[in-house]
Amino acid sequence: MTYQIQGEQGTWEVVIGMEVHAQVIAESKLFSGAAASFGAEPNSQVSLVDAAMPGMLPVLNEYCVEQAIRTGLGLNAKINKTSVFERKNYFYPDLPQGYQISQFLHPIVGKGEIEIDLPDGTTKTIGITRLHLEQDAGKSVHDQHPTKSYVDLNRSGCALMEIVSEPDIRSPDEATAYLSKLRMILRYLDTCDGNMEEGSMRADVNISVRKPGAGYGTRCEVKNVNSLKAVQQAIEYEAQRQVEIIEGGGKIDQETRLWDPAKGETRSMRSKEEAHDYRYFPDPDLLPLHLADSWIERVRETLPELPDQKKHRFMKDFGLSAYDANVLIAERARADYFEIVAKGRDGKMAANWVLNELLGALNKDGKSITDSVIAAGQLGALIDLISDNTISGKIAKDVFAEMYKSGKDPAEIVEEKGLKQVTDTGAIEKIVDEVIAENPDNVAAYRSGKDKLFGFFVGQVMKKSQGKANPNIINELLKKKLSL
Amino acid sequence: MSIDKNTVRKVASLARLEIDEAGLEKMTPKLNGILQWIEQLQALNTDNVEPLANVANIELKLRADALTDGNCADKVLANAPETTAGYFVVPKVVE
Repeated sequence: MTYQIQGEQGTWEVVIGMEVHAQVIAESKLFSGAAASFGAEPNSQVSLVDAAMPGMLPVLNEYCVEQAIRTGLGLNAKINKTSVFERKNYFYPDLPQGYQISQFLHPIVGKGEIEIDLPDGTTKTIGITRLHLEQDAGKSVHDQHPTKSYVDLNRSGCALMEIVSEPDIRSPDEATAYLSKLRMILRYLDTCDGNMEEGSMRADVNISVRKPGAGYGTRCEVKNVNSLKAVQQAIEYEAQRQVEIIEGGGKIDQETRLWDPAKGETRSMRSKEEAHDYRYFPDPDLLPLHLADSWIERVRETLPELPDQKKHRFMKDFGLSAYDANVLIAERARADYFEIVAKGRDGKMAANWVLNELLGALNKDGKSITDSVIAAGQLGALIDLISDNTISGKIAKDVFAEMYKSGKDPAEIVEEKGLKQVTDTGAIEKIVDEVIAENPDNVAAYRSGKDKLFGFFVGQVMKKSQGKANPNIINELLKKKLSL
Repeated sequence: MSIDKNTVRKVASLARLEIDEAGLEKMTPKLNGILQWIEQLQALNTDNVEPLANVANIELKLRADALTDGNCADKVLANAPETTAGYFVVPKVVE
């Protein structure tokens, strides 16, 4: 399923690389002890280090380093035992230092890879070039005053991981699959919350086009692509724009462009051009970072089971389809919930109840599994009631609806509402006899070969028993009596 | 390696330094003098020498991830020419 752009002079291929900035989950900032949380009063989470007051010195946060190692290991990447912090120099009002402390020639994490899942069910491996640690900048607010901008430095100095992919991505679908998978891995690792609305995960997309098989074309970097939908649209737009320029005899300028979601287009950010001369040099305030093998190994031992491992285990141990397994592992909380429901029970049945009933109901209400009033143990207990024939699968759906409303235990609901399945053969036989007596015409028709009427009899018996008769016993008795 | 006046002008502008024509005339040979001196150092063969980050043989200090700072907006904003509602106020900068 290759993605191609049909130009006037043949087909074109798009080549995409992604740079993702992921805010590290930590209490405090990368180089200061001020809080790194979101949404506080302006400038209340700023130390004199973050405000770049003269004489202040950065001291590296050990836990942020550990989070970067953990992420590197989760991306199957090489951990560099020596890395170096450098200064990236540029001027902007929300960057009080006049430089960003980042890593350039010697990042903490080197080459790795991610396996992405595509809509057609296939997978593809996307290379990771590097991951490095750096400081975030502050935030400028432009819409509060006609001629002024307001600056809040709370975010200034928060730890970011910049994760750079190889130019291995070839379509908008692959780009969104990459971003979703990366987000999932970061959330499993608990190293970034992946919240794109709050800006704790931001993507820049490098896009170029070429004739299939040709060398790489000149790329443009598109910024402000802050949702999966924006990634999809920005790539479609930008690739088309580049094809039109080249086919019109023009050439692509390597430049930074801004995605405008309102207009659905990218536009040049000319002011950024000169600023691209960053004059990196090793930060004289910080020595090179050396990682002991023992530290890396300690972090490796804390790694959770990652999404792909979990997916394959669910398929193998519970007999789930790749599709069901993918939906269950999409969120770690969802996978954990399913495991409690499935433990010691039929895996497929557990998956059906979690996916179709519970997630179905939650989605309708715009809720996630962590909001569920039904605890995993309660859903498991409902399945037990079906398995031991206390209730039928049909009644179970009514019980589920009641559980979803009240959060009560299924056994309590069954008791209160008298929903217990009737397995007393004598009682069911009585109803079967009644139904046969009341429908002589259908009985005759059935006996003369209209097999399809069997379902009608089952339905009638079920109705008379208010849904409580055991379906297996109904079937058995009806077969016996109708064939007489 | 040597640099010309235009390079000096560009570097000055990147560093937000205001230097007039006369200043550039004076600065260019001075900077070239420094670059020549570095060039002399480059003549040494350092192929098998590890880069030296400090001479005291100390390791980078790390700190625990704990909240020990911040909550001092008044101090942070004290030198700002203009503030409002806890924000720094600067001339409009928008793309």
